[in-house]
Amino acid sequence: MAEDKDFFICRCEEVTLREIEQVIDEGYDTLDDVKRITRAGMGLCQGRSCSKVIARIISQKTGKPIEEVLQVSYRFPVRTEKMKALEQGGGSDATDN
Amino acid sequence: MEEREVVVIGAGPAGLSAALEAARAGAHVLLVDENSKPGGQLFKQIHKFFGSHEHRAGVRGIDIGTQLLEEAERLDIEVWLDAEACGIFNTTDVWIVRNKEKSVTVRAKRIILATGAVENSVNFPGWSLPGVMGAGAAQTMINLHRVLPGQKILMVGSGNVGIIVSYQLLQAGADVKAVVEAAPRLGGYGVHTAKVRRAGVPFYTSHTVLEARGTDHVESATIVQLDDKWKPIPGTEKELDVDTICIAAGLTPLVELAFAAGCEPLYSPLLGGMVPWHDRSMATSIPTIYLAGDISGVEEASTAMEEGRMAGLSAAYSLGYVDRETYAVGFDAAEKRMLALRSGMFGQKRRDAKAAIVGHSRG
Repeated sequence: MAEDKDFFICRCEEVTLREIEQVIDEGYDTLDDVKRITRAGMGLCQGRSCSKVIARIISQKTGKPIEEVLQVSYRFPVRTEKMKALEQGGGSDATDN
Repeated sequence: MEEREVVVIGAGPAGLSAALEAARAGAHVLLVDENSKPGGQLFKQIHKFFGSHEHRAGVRGIDIGTQLLEEAERLDIEVWLDAEACGIFNTTDVWIVRNKEKSVTVRAKRIILATGAVENSVNFPGWSLPGVMGAGAAQTMINLHRVLPGQKILMVGSGNVGIIVSYQLLQAGADVKAVVEAAPRLGGYGVHTAKVRRAGVPFYTSHTVLEARGTDHVESATIVQLDDKWKPIPGTEKELDVDTICIAAGLTPLVELAFAAGCEPLYSPLLGGMVPWHDRSMATSIPTIYLAGDISGVEEASTAMEEGRMAGLSAAYSLGYVDRETYAVGFDAAEKRMLALRSGMFGQKRRDAKAAIVGHSRG
């Protein structure tokens, strides 16, 4: 069975298994590293689908225990919002187009 | 800045139960949910629940949801829908974006996080083709929107979600071609599994999906047998004629708000991964922040409701709304019902995993 690695792990940013394994082999072996180098986990869903999968890949390739790799740091806002929604009390008089 | 006594984030079974309990005790509660309708996943649970009478066993999730909402209305609980909780600052200030356009900060004396969980994904060549979806998504399509996701289904995962959704897909008129389970044993409750088996659906244990093929949607799937190291065994591939692949590979607690707020994490593989540490009363390492439901470890709707009651009552007690004795009586009753749910072959493991969290010393 030829192993196909050219499918997406991070669908939002279209990062493949091959790309992720490659950067781990280059020594980028934390979730943050992989994210900064490949943008995996930086898209619309903010890693909600792929972060656990990438953690497992890192753990399997490096032998690090999974609990040391899983994501525990997050930043606000935890949902993707439009800039106009960020202003306190803003947006009420803002108009689309 | 707006002020409320208790802000509950997430209006599923856990959040609704927490809000009801805190409101019954007399606290002013604000319940927020990012969806347009409250109820979380309850309104797609058309099957009857397990447990005993006091757990509303035999009642369908959808009816439990309606009862909870009616009670919330009677108690005049303030509900914000289309309201996304985006952050928690200084342990008390909840930043909420309403209707995707307006930021509001609500200062809360107590915050109860009932954000639920997200379905795990399984990645294989072809998984991003239309037709591959979470089993929960398929359940939403058939039971809420009354739309079949496809005609010929492959279910990946034989746990309760996989089995219940398989059965409901059959009821909705789809043909479930196979259920594959990577583990050597089936994972779901016997009652549901037997129903699917009796309907003639083939089960493949120690099997996984290897590949989905198709040009612009799924047209077939290849499954393969796994050895005892979970590696595919060459030569055991089988091609299945399916147009839909449902993934039921477990859930992960939605912990972003808790961890971004500074709640201490703890690893609990059985309960879905990293969860915020919490004590018996459901308080996190930040005393103003409580948890209920899947965010504190993935279980099921009936346990989520008990945990909601425990969290809601604890929050109300910590604000002085109930005296010590009333609290002890109410809390112990909820905890006792909870322990009954966490018993038996499946429940005992969850009970042990929960005890490990509560028993873990902080720091």
